Amino acid sequence: MSSLIAWILRAIPFGTIIMYGALGEIVTEKSGNLNLGVPGIMYLGGFAGFASSYYYEKLAQNPNPVICIVLALFCALAASALGGLIYAFLTITLRANQNVTGLALTTFGMGVANFFGVFILNGASYTAAPLANKAFSAKIPVLSGLGVAGQVLFSYGFLVYAAILLAIVLQWFFTRTRVGLNLRAVGENPATADAAGINVTKYKYLATCIGAAICGVGGLYYVLDYNQGIWATTGQIEALGWLAVALVIFTTWKPLNAIWGAYLFGVLYWLYQFLPSLLGITVPSYMTDLIQMLPYVVTILVLIVVSLRKKKENQPPAHLGLAYFREER
Amino acid sequence: MSSQISNAEPLVRIAKREGATFPQKVLVRAVAILLALVVDAFFIYFVTGLNPISVYRVMWNGTFMNTTRFSWAMRDLSSLLCIAIALAPAFKMRFWNIGAEGQVLIGGLVTALIMVYFGNSLPAPALFAAMVLGSLLAGGLWGFVPAWFKSRWNTNETLFTLMMNYVATSIVACMTNLMRGQASSLGTLNKGTKAGWLPVIAGQRYTINIIVVIVLTFAMYAYLRYSKQGYEISVVGESENTARYAGINVRRVMIRTMLISGALCGLCGFMIVAGRDQTISTTTAGGNGFTAIIVAWLAKFNTFYMALISFLLIFLQRGASEIASAYSLNEYAADIITGIILFFILGSEFFINYRLIWRHGKKEGK
Repeated sequence: MSSLIAWILRAIPFGTIIMYGALGEIVTEKSGNLNLGVPGIMYLGGFAGFASSYYYEKLAQNPNPVICIVLALFCALAASALGGLIYAFLTITLRANQNVTGLALTTFGMGVANFFGVFILNGASYTAAPLANKAFSAKIPVLSGLGVAGQVLFSYGFLVYAAILLAIVLQWFFTRTRVGLNLRAVGENPATADAAGINVTKYKYLATCIGAAICGVGGLYYVLDYNQGIWATTGQIEALGWLAVALVIFTTWKPLNAIWGAYLFGVLYWLYQFLPSLLGITVPSYMTDLIQMLPYVVTILVLIVVSLRKKKENQPPAHLGLAYFREER
Repeated sequence: MSSQISNAEPLVRIAKREGATFPQKVLVRAVAILLALVVDAFFIYFVTGLNPISVYRVMWNGTFMNTTRFSWAMRDLSSLLCIAIALAPAFKMRFWNIGAEGQVLIGGLVTALIMVYFGNSLPAPALFAAMVLGSLLAGGLWGFVPAWFKSRWNTNETLFTLMMNYVATSIVACMTNLMRGQASSLGTLNKGTKAGWLPVIAGQRYTINIIVVIVLTFAMYAYLRYSKQGYEISVVGESENTARYAGINVRRVMIRTMLISGALCGLCGFMIVAGRDQTISTTTAGGNGFTAIIVAWLAKFNTFYMALISFLLIFLQRGASEIASAYSLNEYAADIITGIILFFILGSEFFINYRLIWRHGKKEGK
């Protein structure tokens, strides 16, 4: 029982990281932009959030946790939106190929984060921002003490609940608001949307930048909460970014599905550690390597099933990955 | 006021440019790279306070200081270029094979397995034949699976091939774990017998890699340009409906092309393991699978341009690691510099495919 709880306590924060990535990418993809720069953007967001809170803690005399949260969030959102802006300018205004631009952005984002990260590390293998970590991972005061249920449901940082809220809001936005429906029209058929008087360029720009900003929060959550406020030069965020892209497919582009999908990915990711102890067996280490591919295999299966069933509401946006040029017919 | 503006001709209009001339293309790209270098110079100056010119001179040394440096650059170039060549037919068909990383890994893994488990029992020619064949088959299989689903049910290949990378990574992690046993890392394979290592030619073991890649550069150029299959690939890439109307079996072309693409990536895995690393790990492909996508796309499937662009990127990478050691910076500078140059080259394509028409001034009166 206790290892089951421990499993959930690992799976939900893990899911939250990729939920942000996936929600951001859903917003982007709904406008018809397939941004493969998610890992790079998560790096930018994570690093900006870490660096700002690290320096704030170091330089301020009495660091205030609330200011720390606001500052870190602002920097993460701004940095990742800027990453999205680079992508948007190249693919929308200059009509560069989306896949290639996204991959270049991933290289660039990783480079920027790790390059400046080394300056902060200053020779150490890792550095920490303990105050920011404390602020971001603060549990809900009373509720988290209520036995097992309190532990499982209420013992996470506020970003976990914000992610769920965001998914619900986005679902409502896409299905119930005019702007959301317009955005979907842009992703499905920009020529028609354009004819209907929707400013395609504006929608694409905004969706890409806002989507990138949401992705960046995933990186921020990874560094300041999940990874206990520790910055180290690892390739971990890159793998998480690709997992977020996988999750978008898994959700079939529906934000609500991202909630349970993300947690399921978290459960699958940590399966190798907790299932054996739950069953009381020991699994050789080479098997754990193999088990780690489960989320990706599941995604492939979903991809196949979705294409097999050809249900209209489960398909990717029709114009995904294609540039729109008004004068091209 | 606002109605006046909306009635006026916009300040700048965009129109498609049909067939930019060769000098125009060269000029646009040269300007893009130059601008990128200027931006990089600003970046270097503001971050480090170093003189960008001398930094660039150190970068130059990374590749051209002596013959050893140059041969290392050629070694790295051969890996990157080989993958880019492998991707060219798939991309020309507009099949987004993002899975080169996995195809290289799985090809390298099969090579390594054959090296270890048959290294002592097979004579050298048979061993090499088995390694090459094994890597081709493994890479081909990794290309075949997404192609089959795409041709059958139009499953999205960008995302499918991307996921296959991680399946390959997990399998490689699992197998290296098995092979190393109790040791902390796998280390060099067949250290004592050197079975399955490519022979040393002209002082380097990777000379054969370079020769193979040069041959492939010419062969792939001819295949895409002059063969019937190459023509079919370009028709399918332009329009599947046209291809179908012309009596081309789209499904067959798609699967065949991805088999070739995957198999060549697998071959690259063989060359990395047998000719360069003599070992396998999850980082054997080292991100080259992703970089090669950019190379193949920017070169517009022309293998000779690919060689040029690969050289530029390798030059930057080696240069950046040279800067890193000379100024005690870190090697991630390479990623930033590469990223900026890629952004500029990608953006410059716009000025090749489109032209800007500025609003005529009143004096011209037209």
